[in-house]
Amino acid sequence: MPEISDHRARILASIRVSLNKGMSPAQAEANIAAECANLDRKYVRTGTRATAGHDGLLELLTDRLLEYDAGVYRAAPEGIAAAVGEILAGRGKRGLAIPAGVPAEWLPQGYEFTLAEGFDAYQLDATEGVLTGCSVAIAETGSIVLQNAAAQGARILSLVPDYHLCVVFAGQIVEEVPEAFARLKATSTLPTTFISGPSATADIEMTRIKGVHGPRFLDVLLVV
Amino acid sequence: MTATETHASQWHTRDFPEAARDLLQDSQTRKNVQHATNVIQGKRNKVVAELPDWEELRESGAQVKAHVLRHLDHYLTQFEENCTRAGGHVHWAADAAEANRIILGLVQQHEAKEVIKIKTMTSEEIGLNRELEAHGIRPIETDLAELIIQMGKDRPSHFVAPALHVNRAQVRAMFQREMHLPELGEEPEDLATAARIYLREKYLRIKVAISGGNFLIADTGGLCIVESEGNGRMCLTLPDVLISLVGIEKVIPSFEDLEIFLQTLPRSATGERMNPYNSTWCGVHPGDGPKEFHVVLLDNGRSPILADREARQTLQCIRCAACLNACPVYHQTGGHAYESVYAGPIGAILTPQLHSMEEGRSLPYASSLCGACYQVCPVKINIPEVLIHLRGKVVQEDQATLMGKFSLWNIGMQAAAFLFKDASRLAMAERIGRVGQKALVSKNGFIEWMPLMLSGWTQTRDLKAMPEQSFRDWWAKEKAPGAKPADRSDHA
Repeated sequence: MPEISDHRARILASIRVSLNKGMSPAQAEANIAAECANLDRKYVRTGTRATAGHDGLLELLTDRLLEYDAGVYRAAPEGIAAAVGEILAGRGKRGLAIPAGVPAEWLPQGYEFTLAEGFDAYQLDATEGVLTGCSVAIAETGSIVLQNAAAQGARILSLVPDYHLCVVFAGQIVEEVPEAFARLKATSTLPTTFISGPSATADIEMTRIKGVHGPRFLDVLLVV
Repeated sequence: MTATETHASQWHTRDFPEAARDLLQDSQTRKNVQHATNVIQGKRNKVVAELPDWEELRESGAQVKAHVLRHLDHYLTQFEENCTRAGGHVHWAADAAEANRIILGLVQQHEAKEVIKIKTMTSEEIGLNRELEAHGIRPIETDLAELIIQMGKDRPSHFVAPALHVNRAQVRAMFQREMHLPELGEEPEDLATAARIYLREKYLRIKVAISGGNFLIADTGGLCIVESEGNGRMCLTLPDVLISLVGIEKVIPSFEDLEIFLQTLPRSATGERMNPYNSTWCGVHPGDGPKEFHVVLLDNGRSPILADREARQTLQCIRCAACLNACPVYHQTGGHAYESVYAGPIGAILTPQLHSMEEGRSLPYASSLCGACYQVCPVKINIPEVLIHLRGKVVQEDQATLMGKFSLWNIGMQAAAFLFKDASRLAMAERIGRVGQKALVSKNGFIEWMPLMLSGWTQTRDLKAMPEQSFRDWWAKEKAPGAKPADRSDHA
C-alpha cells in the first residue's frame, strides 16, 4: 500500500506537537463536533424575493445570465419543445447531444438528438452542442448547477461541446448560494459543476473575456 | 543554464529592497500591474458592496478556517478516510522532495511523456515542472496566464492572475512567436481563441493531469476547484489519471461550508459574483471523469506554523489575492520584487514562515502597515499584526547571533532603548542632538541628508530638525506645579 507512508505519521505528529494536543481521540471528536456546530453563521441563509412570487427571482437570474453574455429564453411547461426548436433554429443548429433521462417532451420534431452516454471527448467534440437540465439555479450569482443525474449526465457532456442549452424549471431556482447548498446536500458526493455563464478568462488585463476552453455559447431556457 | 533552471532557482535570491529597486525602473511592468490591480479592485469593491452580509460571511469564513486549523489532524484524517472510501488514493508528503517523488512516480507508472496542468501555486512551490522536465516529462500549463508565463519563460507575479504584469500586446507577440501565428489579432478574444485551439488537442489526447485544489472537503472526501476558463474542468474530467497536489491547510469541515467560500472567494479574487466554473467531486465516479484519482497532501513547512498562535491565522488563506490588489507596496513593485511564489502581503507573512524564517527575512518589512490587506481579507487574516510579530522574530533571531548582536543596527537600537527608558537620559540625548544636528540642518529647517544607515530615511524624504525646546522642557517651564510661565499669552 504505497499511500501509507511514514510521511503520514510525521505530518500528523508535527501537527499534534504544534497544537499541543493532549485529548484522547474519542473525547476530542465529540468536542470538535460541538465546536463546529457553535461557529458563527449569521450570514443570509434565505433570500427575500421568492416570498413576493417567483417573478423577482426570474428577473434577477435573467439579469445575471445576460450580464455573463448567456442567452435567456422563457417557455411554459407545455411549450418546451417548441422553444428548444426556436432556439436551435436561431442558432442554426440541426441537432444536439443529450444525456440519458431527457424527457421526450423537451425535444422538437425535425432536429436530431443523439443520446451521448459513453461518448468520448472526440465524439462530443464533433457534436453541435448539448441539451441538459440542471439540479438547481442560483439567481443572485447567475449560476446553474449540474450533477451526475438524469437529464444532466457526466461532466464531460456540458464541457466539450461548444454550445450548451440548459433547461431550468422555475421550481429549481433559489435566490441565495446557501439555499442551493441546502438542496444539494443530499447528493453532495456526486460530481457537481457550478456554471456561471459561458467559459471566460480574466487573465489578460483583468477583463472578462468570453470563450476559452469550456462552451463558448450558453443558452438558458426558463420554464415558468 | 537553461531557461527552466533559471526559472525555478530565481526565488529567494535577493532581499526585497534590492529586487524592488530594479522593478521600480521598469515602467511598462509597473503600468501593467497598476492597470490590472486598479481594474480588479474596482470590480471587487462593487460586488462586495452588493452583499448586505459581507462582514458576516468574512466572520464565518474566518471562524471555519480557524476551527479547522485547531483540529487539523482530525479533519485531514477524516478527509483521507472519506476520499479513500470514494475510490481516491491519498498520499502524504512532509516536504517538497517527497511530493515530487510521489507525483513523478505516478506519472512514470503511467508512462506519460506529457502531462496537462491546471494552475497550481503549490506545484510552483515544490518546483514540480523542473522535476518533471529533468525526467523527460513535458508539463503543459493550460491556464491562459500560466501558459503565458511558461511560453515567456517568466515567473508568476500574482497567484490569481500570474501574468498580470504582461499586457495584451506582449501576449500577442509571444503567441505569434511560440504558436507560429503571424496573423494573430490583438484583441483579447483573439488571444483567448488562439489558446483554445492550441490546447484543445492536448486536452483530448493527454492522459495524465495535475491540479492543485481550492478546498478539501472532509465530510465527503471531495475536492473543489474554482476556475474561469474551463481548462480546469478539461484537466479534471478528460484524462484517465488525475493527481491533485494540495496544501494540508486547505481542508474544510463540510460540503456546505462552500456556501461561505464560494461567495467570498470569487468576489475577492476576480470581482465576479461567481467565477464561470466550480467543480466538486469525490474520488472516482464510474463513467464520469478519471479512472484513477490521487491526492497528495503537502505539509512542506505548514505544520510548524500552527505552533505560533499569533501567526497561525496565516494558514487561513484561501488565495484570493485581494490583499495583493489592495496593497500600495505591491501596486508599485508588482509581484516579482517579493522573490517568492506567494507575493504581496500574504506572501510577506507566508513565505518566511514556510521556510522557518530562513528565507524571505526581508519580506515582513515590505509593508507600510496601512492595513488595507486586513480590510479586504475574506477570512480576516490580520496581516499587519502578523507582519509586526514576524519583524519581532527576525530581530530576536538576529540578536541571538554574534554578528547580529554587534551589528550597528542592534547597537543603535539598544542605545535608543537605553535612552528612552529614562527621562533624564532622554533630556541629555536631546541636548546633545540639538547641538549635533547643526551641521546637517539646511537653511529651510529640514535635514536632507543623514550619514550611514540613517541615510535610507532621508533618501526620499526630509526630516524636520529637532526644535530648540522639547515638549518636556516647555511643560516643565510653563505648566508643571511651581513653574514660572514666561510673560506672554499662550494658547492653552
